Amino acid sequence: MIKKNTPQERRIILKHADDPKYSNKIGCYLKNDGYSMLKKAFKMKPEEIGEEVLKSGVRGRGGAGFPAGMKWKFLDRKSGKPIYLICNADESEPGTFKDRQIMHKDPHQLIEGMMIAAYAIGAKQAFIYIRAEFFKGAHILEEAIAEAKEKNFCGDKILGSSYSCDLVVHRGAGAYICGEETGLIESLEGKRPNPRIKPPYFPAVLGLYQCPTIVNNVETLCNVKHVLEIGGEEFAKIGKPNNTGTRIWCVSGQVQKPGYYEFECGALTLGEMIYDVCGGLLPGRTLKAVIPGGSSSKILRADERFSGKLKDGSDFDWGIEDIPLDFDGPASVGSMSGSGGIIIMDDTVDMVEAMANINAFYAHESCGQCTPCREGSLWMKKITKRMCEGDARHEDADLLLSVANQIEGRTICAFGEAAAWPTQSFIAKFRNEFEEKAKNGKNKPSLQLI
Amino acid sequence: MVTINLDGKEVDVPAGINIIEAAAIHGTEVPHYCYHPQLSVAGNCRMCLVEMGTPMRDRGTGEAILDKDGVQKIGWIPKPVIGCGTNVSPGMHVKTNSSMVTGSQEGIMEFLLVNHPLDCPICDQAGECRLQEFATDYGRGYSRYVERKNVKPKRTKLGPRVTLDDERCILCSRCIRFCQEVVDDDVLGFVDRGSFSTLTCFPGKELSNNYSLNTVDLCPVGALTSSDFRFKMRVWFLKESPSICTESSAGSNILVSSREGEIYRITPRRNDSVNDSWMTDSGRELYKQVKSDDRIITPSIDGESSTLADAISSASELLKDKKLAIVGSCRSTVEEQYLLTKLARNFKGKKFLRGHFGDDDGILLASDRTPNLRGALATGFSAKYPSDQLSDLSRALSKGQFDTLLVMGEDILDSGVTRDDLKGIKVVYLGTHRNETSALANVLIPTLTSFEKTGSFINRTFRLQSFKQAVPGPAGLLPDLHILASLINSLSEEVEQSADLAQIWKQLSKPATSIFHKLSFSSIPSEGFQLDGKKWSELDFVEKKALHFLPANQLQEA
Repeated sequence: MIKKNTPQERRIILKHADDPKYSNKIGCYLKNDGYSMLKKAFKMKPEEIGEEVLKSGVRGRGGAGFPAGMKWKFLDRKSGKPIYLICNADESEPGTFKDRQIMHKDPHQLIEGMMIAAYAIGAKQAFIYIRAEFFKGAHILEEAIAEAKEKNFCGDKILGSSYSCDLVVHRGAGAYICGEETGLIESLEGKRPNPRIKPPYFPAVLGLYQCPTIVNNVETLCNVKHVLEIGGEEFAKIGKPNNTGTRIWCVSGQVQKPGYYEFECGALTLGEMIYDVCGGLLPGRTLKAVIPGGSSSKILRADERFSGKLKDGSDFDWGIEDIPLDFDGPASVGSMSGSGGIIIMDDTVDMVEAMANINAFYAHESCGQCTPCREGSLWMKKITKRMCEGDARHEDADLLLSVANQIEGRTICAFGEAAAWPTQSFIAKFRNEFEEKAKNGKNKPSLQLI
Repeated sequence: MVTINLDGKEVDVPAGINIIEAAAIHGTEVPHYCYHPQLSVAGNCRMCLVEMGTPMRDRGTGEAILDKDGVQKIGWIPKPVIGCGTNVSPGMHVKTNSSMVTGSQEGIMEFLLVNHPLDCPICDQAGECRLQEFATDYGRGYSRYVERKNVKPKRTKLGPRVTLDDERCILCSRCIRFCQEVVDDDVLGFVDRGSFSTLTCFPGKELSNNYSLNTVDLCPVGALTSSDFRFKMRVWFLKESPSICTESSAGSNILVSSREGEIYRITPRRNDSVNDSWMTDSGRELYKQVKSDDRIITPSIDGESSTLADAISSASELLKDKKLAIVGSCRSTVEEQYLLTKLARNFKGKKFLRGHFGDDDGILLASDRTPNLRGALATGFSAKYPSDQLSDLSRALSKGQFDTLLVMGEDILDSGVTRDDLKGIKVVYLGTHRNETSALANVLIPTLTSFEKTGSFINRTFRLQSFKQAVPGPAGLLPDLHILASLINSLSEEVEQSADLAQIWKQLSKPATSIFHKLSFSSIPSEGFQLDGKKWSELDFVEKKALHFLPANQLQEA
């Protein structure tokens, strides 16, 4: 039961998405005042839009949480090369399912946001890079783009102005690494999605086809539209300072009502999310752990106390349920809000098996370009798999931790951290379960195993 | 130049280079696999991780941030950075042996070995394997890996000359980048992902370009091996002698690897002004001519075997006081051409020169398929640019202008001279291999290949490059210089011509007008000496624009 003092959702991005009368057709979008912000944008100077986005403080919704307005500022405008805009719709972080809601239910919102952003940065061409598995989403987007083109909201001479920008949907081929922006760019260029080394290949300077490129997440680009509607300064008042706007949280795992919920940043705590919004745990279960921002963020144990200093200098002393859901909350307890994928684990979860599952994912998805991630992720998978098959050794916990430490900070892209952090945090928080496995196991080398 | 702090010492290094190169200048090794100075930076092996910091500045004012002693603080980057992809900047601090760095190196070495078959005892790379070397220098020395290793394809034929063992591959992508960037033949790539990534040829393609064996040299491990050299000899038994490739006027610098007088392979020797670190596959085959079936190893007079001394005196008798024509070769060394020029003068012979030409590949196979055409010009043997036809000689022979021919290894019947032309003409032939001309010779004197003698060539950029004997010649034979000197001396006893290189170079470098002026053989540096070829800039050289080479007409434009 949702209690009376339950924090209420504030839907900005998903305002219409779940309205049964709302459709993803352009007629419906226009009836709901759609594309009015694009018209407004075209009456503004591109720099003014950038200023509004900067003022709004809107941070990237893909995982890293980098301020979008700042990212746009880094764009190399002096090179004389064409500028590209890419929407990162590769949503593939395990536990995340927000962007697909937008693309399936309200694709025109994304197109409008993108065309505003494209106009603001002076993009010559815009792309939506969508993951292979979203074939329906790609189809919906393609139809929506065709509709928008017919009404002159994108393509040649948009709204009768001199500005043209084509928008193209590009489908991936099924690789998690394509969510990494330089990997995505390589894939879009038709190559193997090996992330690029930085320096020198910062997308804002040397991106797609070695031209300045902006890569933004679906939700981030949708926010651009709302920044324009609400105004940068007003938008900055939504949520908390440095944590502006709303966020769509994707709750999965063993709760009564998993799903996606849009809240103002910091409007509720993790506890309120689990017990009030998601209806609590399954009957008779107790909370064991939470992964707060997609599988690569560090896991939090239910009985932990977190204390320290916040960015504003104030002290905090939280239990897991007190962690505010915004960008800085999970970060201040040593994890991150990442892509907003909150994974709830109750007392029935075997942490070694959960670890094995996550490791299998990262071993499967490592691109294989650089040594630590390529070899380390598969090694960690092999260790945890062996442990789950009854062949755990006492030293495996330390070995896992050591392997993860050998990956972290030594790779070309952030995948190294994404693969290492789960292992590091699982061992740090649940070492006893890993050691328990060894006591019950055969405790001998795994050479007999295939 | 910029000053950086390398492991606590202030050192000067050229601006714009990366940390690996900067450290190397000062004798510090930053281990690396994927980085190669002549390929693009991939940054994938992560072996060259170092700790790096830059002087701190206030973000707002740009002013230096000082510590309590008034020294500018160093902002150390909390993660290690790759030495290959990080260029030096003024005041940069680099640690190559901190615990962060050694820890990284141990970790990378362990990762590289977990799925490596560790089959050194049967691996051809053993002895020149970076994986072996760095495991010893930077590894932990023990294994923590008890899982099953990945299985990948073995003994894959990537092309006619290269064999691949994917299990040994560390996925450094050097071979891929080489094919793309140097040869422009994009045939190699990775398939599958993660630890299962596998090097392979694209469907329907093979690694068959004339530079494919460079991938074997580039491969830091035993993944790519030469199908020719594979399992022939352990590399630690091989003696490496620096030499020059004789395939074309490119003059690639090479290493000749031999054991007990037998050559096993030829590999490129780095020279950034000539061939970078590459050479052609066809050039590597040339050592096979040393032991080929058509090699001339016994002197003969009128078809009967003789001693070398008898053959030389017979030849001398044939040459004396005759209407003599001399056919020189662009394959002879500078010193041989000089002696041949002198011989022509003393014997009053008329000089002819034959060239050999083919297609230019724009890299290291020049259209002039001889190593020393420019030597023939520089020594004054010929003032004209040679053709592959000896039509002047043929005309003169048919008019009866000559009655004796001295031929330096060339097959004149292959270049416009007919058997009819040679009727009644005495032929003295000096050469290494049999051909139709040698079959007609009245006196046949065997000579040595470039692997068996010492000398110098002048390549297409007029770079003088010396080479030394790598293996002994067939028993009883003497270098060409000795034979030419003996012939010269047989005519006159006044001033004896020495066959010694130092003496010859004294003569060569004496005239103030000579481009060899003030040079000596021993002073030619190992990377060669750039001569001034302006004097010949009017000649129609056939070479096209290629690696480190611009034709003279384009050079002026540039």
